[in-house]
Amino acid sequence: MVSTGPHASNGAATAQRPLLGLGAIWQALAGIADPEIPVVSIIDLGIVRAVEWDRVDPTLLVVRVTPTYSGCPATELIMSLLRETLLAIGVHALRIETALSPAWTTAWLTPEGARQLRAYGIVPPGSALPGGHAAVAIDVRGISPLRRVAVVVPCPRCGSHRTQLVAQFGSTACKAQYRCQACLEPFDYFKTH
Amino acid sequence: MTEFVLHASMPKIVTDLILFEYLLRLGDSPLILAQRLGEWVGKGPIVEEDLALTNVGLDLLGQARMWLAYAGEVEARCSPRGRDEDALAFHRDAGAFRNLLLVEQPNGNYADTMTRQFLFDAWHVRALQALTRSCDPRVAEIAAKGAKEASYHVERSGDWMIRLGDGTDESHAKTQSALDNLGMYTGEMFASDAIDAALADAGIGFDHAVLLAPWREHVDAVLEEATLALPAAEWMQGSGGRGGRQGVHGEHLGHLLAEMQYLQRAYPDSQW
Repeated sequence: MVSTGPHASNGAATAQRPLLGLGAIWQALAGIADPEIPVVSIIDLGIVRAVEWDRVDPTLLVVRVTPTYSGCPATELIMSLLRETLLAIGVHALRIETALSPAWTTAWLTPEGARQLRAYGIVPPGSALPGGHAAVAIDVRGISPLRRVAVVVPCPRCGSHRTQLVAQFGSTACKAQYRCQACLEPFDYFKTH
Repeated sequence: MTEFVLHASMPKIVTDLILFEYLLRLGDSPLILAQRLGEWVGKGPIVEEDLALTNVGLDLLGQARMWLAYAGEVEARCSPRGRDEDALAFHRDAGAFRNLLLVEQPNGNYADTMTRQFLFDAWHVRALQALTRSCDPRVAEIAAKGAKEASYHVERSGDWMIRLGDGTDESHAKTQSALDNLGMYTGEMFASDAIDAALADAGIGFDHAVLLAPWREHVDAVLEEATLALPAAEWMQGSGGRGGRQGVHGEHLGHLLAEMQYLQRAYPDSQW
């Protein structure tokens, strides 16, 4: 880190509250890409729930983060990227709090995040349409009392509704794999969670 | 059997010891099942299934970490030990594990793995939903996060029961055989012992028996579509109604732990 500030060279500088507004901090965080889906920032993903100065120690920044899935392996990498990014803009004292409640939901994905996902070829959450037809022999939706209503996920390439679920998980826990029966292309669906 | 009653006049150390034991029960089942699912890495029948099994395993491992981390904090309040999640996972012997017998059963063939998963998932999602009403806020929030994931797991494993049961003669026979072999381990999921009862009375846990009817209804609906049938629920373990949740395990758990714990036992506290 390079700093030209008057206190940059002595140790007392770290005890000073950095001359940073929360807006600048949010902006810096918006530059951190999700390690597994790099077109979406951690802000667009909705996992940063709060950024504030500690009430007791005003030089301490508190960032509250909520994990997406319990076992998401990107979580620890995101935490270290967050530390590095904030240190680089002058945040020397940082506490990252993990908030489990309320549990993360894809409803927190921003419209910009959804747009970026679609441009990348991943159908964003909430795109599934009610209805669907049991054209596939193994389509058993509606049996389990916990099962969601039958849905159709339109193809992100050709828009066809003739798509088929291939597997409930994809390369990450947050996605499912589909195949379009019209254009025959496979695609990922970022599941509503 | 010893009876526990938790009440306000009881020293906190006693209630914490009981809570610690309960948190091990909550965390050990997802931990051991995650390890079992991890054994499929690189061996799944198709690549999509390889990915799906290990994604389910990751969810379960994440949940186990949250339960065991909390267990370690509670232990620190009532004993000089206060082990963290890693110490609890890697430095306990089989008799100190509190997982359900069902989840330690070997992977077998794919029908065995998916049947074990379905029988567990259909219970797990309801257990977590019940725990979202816990008066312990930490228990409630871990359960709420896990319940969202478990509801997806049970959809998937239910799909596979139907696909395998109502599939070929071969897949049907293997899946029915899996049910016949695993059915005996399901009774344990609905038995409450003194610890469960004490935690239920305190509003922290729940009465396991109440999950039996909705679990059975769910399982039967899926199995009927799958042209399969669950054998009558029995309890594998014997005297005193003790099973995996009381630390009485079958022969398989020790072998599983030998693989899971090897590195930390050979090189304690090593990191990479």
